[in-house]
Amino acid sequence: MAKRIPADSVGIVSPELFHFDEPLELRSGRVIEQYDLMVETYGELNADKSNAILVCHALSGDHHAAGYHNPDDEKEKPGWWDCCIGPGKAFDTNHFFIVSLNNLGGCAGSTGPSSVDPATGKPFGPDFPIITVRDWVKSQARLADRLGIHKWAAVIGGSLGGMQVMRWAISYPDRLGHAIIIAAAPKLSAQNIAFNEIARQSITNDPDFHAGRYYDFNTYPKRGLMLARMIGHVTYLSDNAMRDKFGKDAIEGNFGRDLRSGKLNFSYDVDFQVESYLKYKGETFSHSFDANSYLLITKTLDYFDPAVDYNFDLSKAFLDSQCKFLVISFTSDWRFPPERSREIVNTLLKAEKQVSYLEVEADQGHDAFLMPIPRYIQALKSYLGCVIEEISGKEAKPDAG
Amino acid sequence: MRADLKIIQQWIEPDMRVLDLGCGDGSFLAHLKSEKNIFDCGLEIDPDNINLCLQAGVNVIEQDMNKSLANFRSDSFDTVLLAQTLQTVERPDILVEEMLRIGKKCIITFPNFAYWRHRLKLVSQGNMPQSSALPYEWYDTPNIHHCTIKDFDTLCEERNITILHKTVVDFNHRSSFLMNLNPNLFGINAIYHFTR
Repeated sequence: MAKRIPADSVGIVSPELFHFDEPLELRSGRVIEQYDLMVETYGELNADKSNAILVCHALSGDHHAAGYHNPDDEKEKPGWWDCCIGPGKAFDTNHFFIVSLNNLGGCAGSTGPSSVDPATGKPFGPDFPIITVRDWVKSQARLADRLGIHKWAAVIGGSLGGMQVMRWAISYPDRLGHAIIIAAAPKLSAQNIAFNEIARQSITNDPDFHAGRYYDFNTYPKRGLMLARMIGHVTYLSDNAMRDKFGKDAIEGNFGRDLRSGKLNFSYDVDFQVESYLKYKGETFSHSFDANSYLLITKTLDYFDPAVDYNFDLSKAFLDSQCKFLVISFTSDWRFPPERSREIVNTLLKAEKQVSYLEVEADQGHDAFLMPIPRYIQALKSYLGCVIEEISGKEAKPDAG
Repeated sequence: MRADLKIIQQWIEPDMRVLDLGCGDGSFLAHLKSEKNIFDCGLEIDPDNINLCLQAGVNVIEQDMNKSLANFRSDSFDTVLLAQTLQTVERPDILVEEMLRIGKKCIITFPNFAYWRHRLKLVSQGNMPQSSALPYEWYDTPNIHHCTIKDFDTLCEERNITILHKTVVDFNHRSSFLMNLNPNLFGINAIYHFTR
């Protein structure tokens, strides 16, 4: 029996693989001769191709942003941004054509370290070049060309996705109408890089890592990936979010210390719910994500700093940007706290750009950008409502565009 | 449109950069945008108002003007506007200085505390004045720094502020003979257009 799909879901979707033959020159100086990008789209592209939105994913995301893949699997969870994408939702598929892709270097179908190198017939592994946000955006621009989209109505992303949005506004200043940057930062801080380095060390120190050539040994650094994800996951939550999640036992001042089996074990096994939760999260992630991709994408994050080309004055980077900006942060996000978003806003003000900024009260930490928080979703809806009006206004005038 | 805003819009020229401190639902900026093609920027802290600004397509920044405006560069706006908010801020004098720093010209409107009905209430009844301009109870009012037209004139004089226009109106944006005769006594709302 087919599963029940909510009316505001994009429904059953299937990804499409796009192959690119034109070599991609990377910021590092290296070149990817040819590559594939795995892409999902939702909604219909209009006649003048003015209603397209590009959705950029974060560290562990992929092209599957909304809807379902399997019509029979009742337990299947929808795509990672399903709360925002669908008919009548904030990114309204009745009006917009949404494009979501797995970035280069990822492990969900686009070319990455786990892909087979045509030159050797073996997975690239550690030989896969380091990809930067700039390189991603370049590959996304080629995807736009392929789809016939000269200008995105909007480019939207949270966290590392928000960094891609910034890079779009810098690299292709006339190819987007609106830039929506959520829970991001203009560059990583030492603390951010430190967390990434701990994650990398966890992976590379796993005996099953085999210097990144674990594919040849039919294994993968499961323990390392688990650890990396556990560390990462803690930084995506807030103290309060964890207290709520693991403090269901109605004892005042519980602080999220629910016990797994109702008592302490006086051993080094799992005592608290939070421990088993992290273990479970880490384990699930280790099955689905490639360790080399994880290493690579944490480097992508670390390297992001568009100001380097502009004498460390980021406002100069945005001087040519013609888009309007919407920046959103969440109060309990300590990975990229509101101050980091305000840096972006102030930079844009300095560059005399049109910018709106919201600081959304939310307990969910960095992960808030993935959650259906009413004020946040309403803001996206209100903002994009104006974008819909812009598009339909343009369509009404046949000579425009 | 509110009486004070109708007068203010005469001083906004096409394509100006306008910063509206406490922009509310953004309707005034939206109006200026469609009528005069201004570059708009509003500051607001109320979440519902911020959402209305986004709906209206107005640029709005969630920021508390009481904390700091240091992120706005000097002379980066043609006009900085503060409508019916001066009496609610923590340090009106510092805010006025900041407005003069950020904007080439400034506009401030505020309820005149020296309006005769306010005076009468205080003198005859001994109560804190209430009126349509000041509808709050003393214990539950956002208005923490009441000022009069005379007070603001003094501030401008002390700070070498040049008043370009000054007018008083009632709620129907009428200016009467009495108001012109003695603005500080008969004016309900004061409107100042100034620069340095």
